[in-house]
Amino acid sequence: MMGFQIVLLWSDILIWLLVAAGVGLGVLIVRTPPLLSAWRNVGANRVGMASATVLLAFVLIGLLDSLHYRVALEGKPGQKTQYAVEVLSVLDALVTPLRTRNEKTYSEPFATRLYAKETVDVPGQGTVREYPRLKYGGKHLAEREDEVAADAGFTAFRAGVLAFLGWLAVAGIVSGVVGHGEAPGTGWRRIWRGETAFAWDAVLVTLALMLLVAVPLFWLSGQYHVFGTDKVGQDVLYQILKSVRTGLIIGLVTTLVMLPMAVLLGIVAGYYRGWVDDVIQYIYTVLNSIPGVLLIAAAVLMMQVVIDTHPQWFSTAAERADLRLLALCFILGITSWTGLCRLLRGETLKLRELEYIQAAQTFGVSSWRIIIRHILPNLMHIVIIALVMDFSGLVLAEAVLSYVGIGVDPTMTSFGTMINNARMELGREPVVWWSLTAAFAAMFILVLAANLFADAVRDAFDPRAA
Amino acid sequence: MMLTVDRLRLGFAAGKRVLAAVDGISFSIAKGETFALLGESGCGKSVTAQGIMRLLPPAGRVLGGSVSMEGQSLLTLPEADMRAWRGGRMAMIFQEPATSLNPVLTVGQQIGEVLERHLGMTGAAATGRMVELLRQVGIADPERRLNEYPFQFSGGMKQRVMIAIALAGEPELLIADEPTTALDVTVQAQILDLLVRLQAERGMAILLITHDLGVVARMAHRIGVMYAGELVEVASREAFFSQPRHPYTQALFKALPDMSRRGQRLTTIPGQVPSLAAMPAGCRFAERCARVMPVCREQSPVWRDEQSHAVRCHWRDAGVDADAAGGGHEITDLSVSAGKEFLRVADLKVHFPIRKGLLQRTVGHVRAVDGLSLAILPGRTLALVGESGCGKTTVGKALLQLIPPTEGSVLLGGQPLVGLRGARLRSARRHMQMIFQDPFASLNPRLRVGEIIAEGMDALAVVGDARSRRETMAALLTQVGLPEEAIDRYPHEFSGGQRQRIAVARALAVQPSLLICDEPTSALDVSVQAQILNLLKKLQSELGVAYLFITHNFAVVEYLAHDIAVMYLGRIVERGRAEEVLRTPKHPYTQALLSAIPLPRLEGATAVIRLSGETPSPANPPSGCHFHPRCPHAMDVCRSRYPEPVDVTATQRVSCHLLP
Ligand SMILES: Nc1ncnc2c1ncn2[C@@H]1O[C@H](COP(=O)(O)OP(=O)(O)O)[C@@H](O)[C@H]1O
Ligand code: SF4
Ligand code: SF4
Ligand SMILES: [Mg+2]
Repeated sequence: MMGFQIVLLWSDILIWLLVAAGVGLGVLIVRTPPLLSAWRNVGANRVGMASATVLLAFVLIGLLDSLHYRVALEGKPGQKTQYAVEVLSVLDALVTPLRTRNEKTYSEPFATRLYAKETVDVPGQGTVREYPRLKYGGKHLAEREDEVAADAGFTAFRAGVLAFLGWLAVAGIVSGVVGHGEAPGTGWRRIWRGETAFAWDAVLVTLALMLLVAVPLFWLSGQYHVFGTDKVGQDVLYQILKSVRTGLIIGLVTTLVMLPMAVLLGIVAGYYRGWVDDVIQYIYTVLNSIPGVLLIAAAVLMMQVVIDTHPQWFSTAAERADLRLLALCFILGITSWTGLCRLLRGETLKLRELEYIQAAQTFGVSSWRIIIRHILPNLMHIVIIALVMDFSGLVLAEAVLSYVGIGVDPTMTSFGTMINNARMELGREPVVWWSLTAAFAAMFILVLAANLFADAVRDAFDPRAA
Repeated sequence: MMLTVDRLRLGFAAGKRVLAAVDGISFSIAKGETFALLGESGCGKSVTAQGIMRLLPPAGRVLGGSVSMEGQSLLTLPEADMRAWRGGRMAMIFQEPATSLNPVLTVGQQIGEVLERHLGMTGAAATGRMVELLRQVGIADPERRLNEYPFQFSGGMKQRVMIAIALAGEPELLIADEPTTALDVTVQAQILDLLVRLQAERGMAILLITHDLGVVARMAHRIGVMYAGELVEVASREAFFSQPRHPYTQALFKALPDMSRRGQRLTTIPGQVPSLAAMPAGCRFAERCARVMPVCREQSPVWRDEQSHAVRCHWRDAGVDADAAGGGHEITDLSVSAGKEFLRVADLKVHFPIRKGLLQRTVGHVRAVDGLSLAILPGRTLALVGESGCGKTTVGKALLQLIPPTEGSVLLGGQPLVGLRGARLRSARRHMQMIFQDPFASLNPRLRVGEIIAEGMDALAVVGDARSRRETMAALLTQVGLPEEAIDRYPHEFSGGQRQRIAVARALAVQPSLLICDEPTSALDVSVQAQILNLLKKLQSELGVAYLFITHNFAVVEYLAHDIAVMYLGRIVERGRAEEVLRTPKHPYTQALLSAIPLPRLEGATAVIRLSGETPSPANPPSGCHFHPRCPHAMDVCRSRYPEPVDVTATQRVSCHLLP
């Protein structure tokens, strides 16, 4: 057993804090019937729950990728243990084969040979130019290279059967729980007739689809590069998995930055009005009229200079990339709080004239208490709707920013950097299409799920949507 | 018969079910007749109107029955043909004049649309017709007004424009859905007169929907009472007002507050209209009926028809109202001797600055309250009456220092309140609390009833450990007639009347000596209003609280008030004891207000003083006596000088040049 050292990146801390906050919020919701009933409506929404299932899978990948450590290097006994410079995560450990089995350069999905011709020495024939065999992809086939389709199909089928059995087990447990204390089989029937308060049918169907795709995919990925490899021979599936965390951090941590600012300033402006309101409105109008991309570019470049001139701050490259990621979140947060702030200001202006607020004022309740007890809870639905809606926008923004080179650190895998790298490949003949397609598909699924979930949340929380 | 509605059933799709909101109602209206549909909110009046017009909301469904007009069945007509009927042969006006006109079109364009569509009139002919229409509905200077936008009109004028639009297509049937509910009494009287006149001129049939018995008495020829989607009584005006037969109708009459019931408890109708999803199988009124018998719960009653007075009730002696209230004017409590003043307001002014332009310069002031003096005595009720926008609410808020007064003093037991801050203001506030108009907006939907009530106790540090606090809260809830379990429930689980009780409990929690009630019953139905009025009266006799009762409803004033102050444009024009002001009003405005109220009696439509126009803007009050542009007695001196208050009796004080 090798020793290891736990590495806590700043973004890890933030993401786990977010998880804790999420759990706390969940407890709060369970204790507050009006909120609970709104979330029950979300739970009854089929599309919402299907997308939530997909999102949950993404979150799981992101969380696994947020537990970092460094492996101890083998040293002479008695010496102080040295740790590897490479920071790994639990996800890395789980998918070690994907991470380590690198080819030389591009290869197509399910290929057994490289995508570029090379000069190789063939004993007896001298040097020839040909597509060399991959080091790992399809290695087990040895000479039977033409049987890829049959082999992959068979493996996929076996995996699919296994996935189905696994799904049946899960579905069985769920129907057992749903029909608890009733005749056996009632749970199952209730689920499929849509008679449950929670949209179990949608969750189970989504889960089935996900298992049927994911299990064969991972099974096959042990033998092939299912999504191909990139320029330096890295498995694209691995890059996709790593990109998920980056996307989630951008989408979630940014809101952490912007939320306090938007909520505080919005409420204060709406509640106190007068000069406070004027100042806050002035700030966000000015901020809104500066082109966002320029502001972000300037801030990111400045941050990069700071990072470059202080190498002593970072013991690993991962820490450096992490700081830049947080800086990006921060600057995205600064540029994106204005929309929510404006919404909250307007709503507060309306709320403060409501009679229950005035009733509290006649009791002499202090302004802060009124804000916390009466205004904030009645703004929560707007905040929740805005957060969920913003998430997908931020994920997309990261991709765009990384694409123009002012996003995350180039060494950090993200949908944006993947697309950026794929840009060069698109110019090649024959074209290298798989990196871009895979990144695009993964991001599409993530954003679509987030948007559908956002719709479900809005329907449940927005009184006007009814 | 011009319009015949036969066993009409209308419902709403709710999930997979369709709930019947109107369940088999039949009535008919003759040419030139006004048929009034009367009933509490939510009993299906508006749905009926929408069904006849075929303007049901998307979830609405016609479940059965027929509607025919002049022999043509409307429900089977293709939509394209129906459009020619709508506006052309039948037209509708709505409750809220503010939202029923399109704000981006001029009034002329909106009337012109109807003229073109239904009469094919355009150009000069149309303009001439529009001017004529606007003149008919009493809008001065119609040529200029045609090119104005709705926001340039006041509420009453918008309603007139709505009527003009409705009349443009020369309909034979006019459906008016609560046409005057959002308007002041003086304006209401104008609009009702207008409708009566137009009906006489054109021989229109009117389907009038209302919950106001006074309006019914003024307008209707025949009346249908609706309850929970069914008609329960249909009668001519005379029969209806001389002898209401259905227990529900009788209860409605008895729930009406007025002078003759002072000192008595109003009859209330317990409970609520059953929800659409849980309609009882038998008589739908059974749960709330004072006459309920076992058969009522099993069998839906059938119509019994006696001399054009039809009733749906099992109760045989219908009409013999056994425990009819013993009349009698109990005016003893009017002569209660005046004690020491509790609250004195002198020369109170609240001016809101009007800001304009880039630099937000103050270009003028809205004089919402402009030199008002009042005194409130312990344990008594002072009613502050006046039309909307005259500054009543602002007075209430300025007394509580929710709005800082611009000038003047508020003395609470001799201690000045204006300018108090922090802890001293808080301790002074303990003596005064407010109950607001809208029970749906005055309770935070995210707090439990217990937390709502505790808020005042916490803020004003009314002491106690957790258990004694809970006991206090339970006692308060019992006092306002709510069960103790209410503590742990949320406001949305309660009806309007119950919510208003919670608001009362919240105010009482800090044991105030004065409750400022700002129209506490105007958002409630008559039967629920009676419950709240009874409660307020009971609390006054038990706890000796004083009320400042802000309202525009004279019936409530008559029932409850000891003293009355009449307000016009930020000033009090007449004040005195209730008896004096109501019986011998001296100020022309008070006289006009009193005579404009439609009384729910047969002899209700007496000669009335009609005021023209509406309350002017407080930003720019008329010179001299503010009332002179509308006053029937205005003299030259009125235009130049504001009248000094004159003491008519020891207690009655009037500001008018008519008085010596
Ligand atoms: N905050 C405010 N700013 C400007 N004008 C106001 C404000 N509050 C009330 N007003 C004006 O003051 C007048 C009196 O209003 P209010 O006291 O609400 O009347 P009422 O209670 O009799 O209906 C109205 O013309 C209203 O438009
Ligand atoms: S039928 Fe019975 S319950 Fe219904 S109103 Fe008549 S007496 Fe009351
Ligand atoms: S002072 Fe003149 S205008 Fe004013 S109410 Fe009296 S008579 Fe009318
Ligand atoms: Mg008001």
